[in-house]
Amino acid sequence: MTDSASQALHQARIPIYPRSVKGRFRMLKWGILTLAYSVYFLLPWLRWERNAGPDQAVLFDIANRKFYLFDLVVHAQDLFWLTGLLLIAALLLFFVTGIAGRVFCGYFCFQTLWTDLYLLIERLVQGDRVARIRLDKSPWNANKLVRKLATHLLWLAVAFWTGLTFTLYWDNAPQLIVRFFNGSAPFAAYATTLFLTATTYVMAGLAREQVCTYMCPYARFQSVMFDADTRIVAYDVQRGEGAAGRHKVTRDLKSLEQRREQGVGECIDCGYCVQVCPTGIDIRNGLQVQCITCALCIDACDTIMDKLGWGQGLIRYTSEKEARGEKSRIWKPKTIGYGLFLLASAAALVWSVSNQSPVELSVVQVRQPLFVRLSDGRIQNSYDLHIENKTDEPLKMVVMLRGLAGAELDTGKLSSIQVGPQRSLRVRARVRWDSGHKHKGSRSFEFNLVPQTRQEIGMISAPATFYMPGSEN
Amino acid sequence: MSDAKKPQSAVQTTGHAWDGDIQEFNNPLPNWWLWSFYATVVFAVVYWIFYPAWPVGGGYTTGIMNDITFVDSDGTEKTSHWNTRALLLKEMQEGKSATLSREYLEKVKDADYQTILGDAEMMAFTRSMAVGLFGDNCMPCHGAGGAGVIGLFPNLADDDWLWGGTVEDIEATITNGRYGFMPSFRETFDEQQLDDVASYVLSLSGHEVDDAAAARGKDIFQTQTGGCYYCHGTDGKGLKSQGSANLTDQIWTIADVPGAATLEDKKSLVRQVVVNGVQRTMPAWKDRLDETQIKLLTVYVHELGGGQ
Repeated sequence: MTDSASQALHQARIPIYPRSVKGRFRMLKWGILTLAYSVYFLLPWLRWERNAGPDQAVLFDIANRKFYLFDLVVHAQDLFWLTGLLLIAALLLFFVTGIAGRVFCGYFCFQTLWTDLYLLIERLVQGDRVARIRLDKSPWNANKLVRKLATHLLWLAVAFWTGLTFTLYWDNAPQLIVRFFNGSAPFAAYATTLFLTATTYVMAGLAREQVCTYMCPYARFQSVMFDADTRIVAYDVQRGEGAAGRHKVTRDLKSLEQRREQGVGECIDCGYCVQVCPTGIDIRNGLQVQCITCALCIDACDTIMDKLGWGQGLIRYTSEKEARGEKSRIWKPKTIGYGLFLLASAAALVWSVSNQSPVELSVVQVRQPLFVRLSDGRIQNSYDLHIENKTDEPLKMVVMLRGLAGAELDTGKLSSIQVGPQRSLRVRARVRWDSGHKHKGSRSFEFNLVPQTRQEIGMISAPATFYMPGSEN
Repeated sequence: MSDAKKPQSAVQTTGHAWDGDIQEFNNPLPNWWLWSFYATVVFAVVYWIFYPAWPVGGGYTTGIMNDITFVDSDGTEKTSHWNTRALLLKEMQEGKSATLSREYLEKVKDADYQTILGDAEMMAFTRSMAVGLFGDNCMPCHGAGGAGVIGLFPNLADDDWLWGGTVEDIEATITNGRYGFMPSFRETFDEQQLDDVASYVLSLSGHEVDDAAAARGKDIFQTQTGGCYYCHGTDGKGLKSQGSANLTDQIWTIADVPGAATLEDKKSLVRQVVVNGVQRTMPAWKDRLDETQIKLLTVYVHELGGGQ
């Protein structure tokens, strides 16, 4: 190598050519991938009937500050639910990682899912591991060019559809897609799609396992949550190595009996577990930071062991304690604690969502002037009432006062207030009160909003303060 | 490693040697940096083609395929090459919020006052539009919330309307302006008469004053001696057509009677008004604001205190 290469800041990537494998974990992963992709790619197209609002089942309407999730409409002031959701997601990750290790990485992470799809495309176009290695080593010719080009074009197509689908969640999908292709979509739609196309292509096509090994923070802090009881994918060293180590199948080492006599373990050193690994590690070297517990090496080894008839499980899900022959505990203070916090925050979120107030009332005092003396000596305060109707029906409401005996409420010529479905309204209310000379300073009272239609909603109250000339003392 | 043996040779040189052994290190730029630089060069060339770029003589290259059509402030439609001013004008006229507020503005323009006052949405829109108009045109005198200044500018947020508090009256006031005038009685009344008139005026709004003084004051007020009833009316409630104050209520726009502590102070404040008279002018706005703007302001001012 040249001098400059030896001074490079980081190790050059050693290309990984994961080999395909069949088995129960592979099947499970294809199942999860199909389900996840069906949801992700089809959800924006699902229509949903609403009395008011768009007919898209899931729509994040930033412009109108409303998130539509089936029958739930999340308004701007409900956005703290997102905090709850993130908290639950974090606790769920801690909880699951504490018990079962990096299952998120292995089965659910979009980096894993998209890399799987990209590898599938690569395999369909260029062939399996050996064919791909050979193709890469071969000089450039028409065949190589066509295959490489086809791979990258297909990758780009997937990346583009991924990016476009994400964009469709933020506007009416059937309209947006037409506008997208006739050039009249908003700039943000093009920018988002382009950005996600680029990141999907680069992350799933080019960077792959480097994302998990070098970039991903979750990979790092999940490792911290591991202990001796955590489920990990591990190689059974005792069984595999025996006393004299692993050995290929030779004439003298064909049967289990022969191997046991000579102290050789059951691992035939076929290397299948290494070849299928998407992060290019050898699981027989023990637990490593790169391992995303995708369990493909289990499938690989089980395939071989089945063929030999020696019984599955040379590589298997276990824990450090189990591997040592001890019993591992699932329910420990750590996991119970995470579990309880998880349940509590999930319950709090569900309670908050199901108790969403259908009507919001907030009162803002007009502060300039804070109060006015009227011709009959009474004092007048003015308020801006902000009324938001979160239901999908128009609501008729009446404003009333409570806690200010004898006060007069004036909303001008509006006898009742009509707020359209999913709309909000600002109403100016003037309150006149003969405070006499008994009261000075300020006095707290309440605005009450009484729905005339949909009376089951009940009265909505908001606190307010009535200010008078002179200080309290 | 070979580096350890000859550390100097680890860095490339340009290959030249001066004076036998003086060599120049060659530290080429990283490739990512170089390619980013080339990319900016390509971007710049593309930019020159499509956007205004180079000064040429007294003008500049305008770029191609970048026309913007917009309506200028004088109402004519213009097409120009790409520039941020035209872009802003276009956005101001065709942007989402501009289109929406224009729709509402048309609605308010076509509606009569009673319809606007009875429609909560139109009222909310009017308030949001008029608060800016009020701030630009009315606030310097009447204050941001319309509270005015005692002695100078009337309070618009209370329920007392010198020139009438119906929407029609308010519209007339804004359109044509008002001139409020009360003559000075400095030369007419002597000290005693001033004192008597002030007592009577205070008694009209329920102040406890010397009955005899009030009776003498009433005589001045209600007869040719003072002639106060010409404008303030025999009941002291003022005349809308004159803009004369209602003396029987608790609102004082010139003398800060509620703010004075003792009866003597209140009386001296009222005396000052009688001595000095009042001269107040509200300018006409018909030349400065269009009909819709006046309509918006009328509704806004009407709502401040509740109107009539």
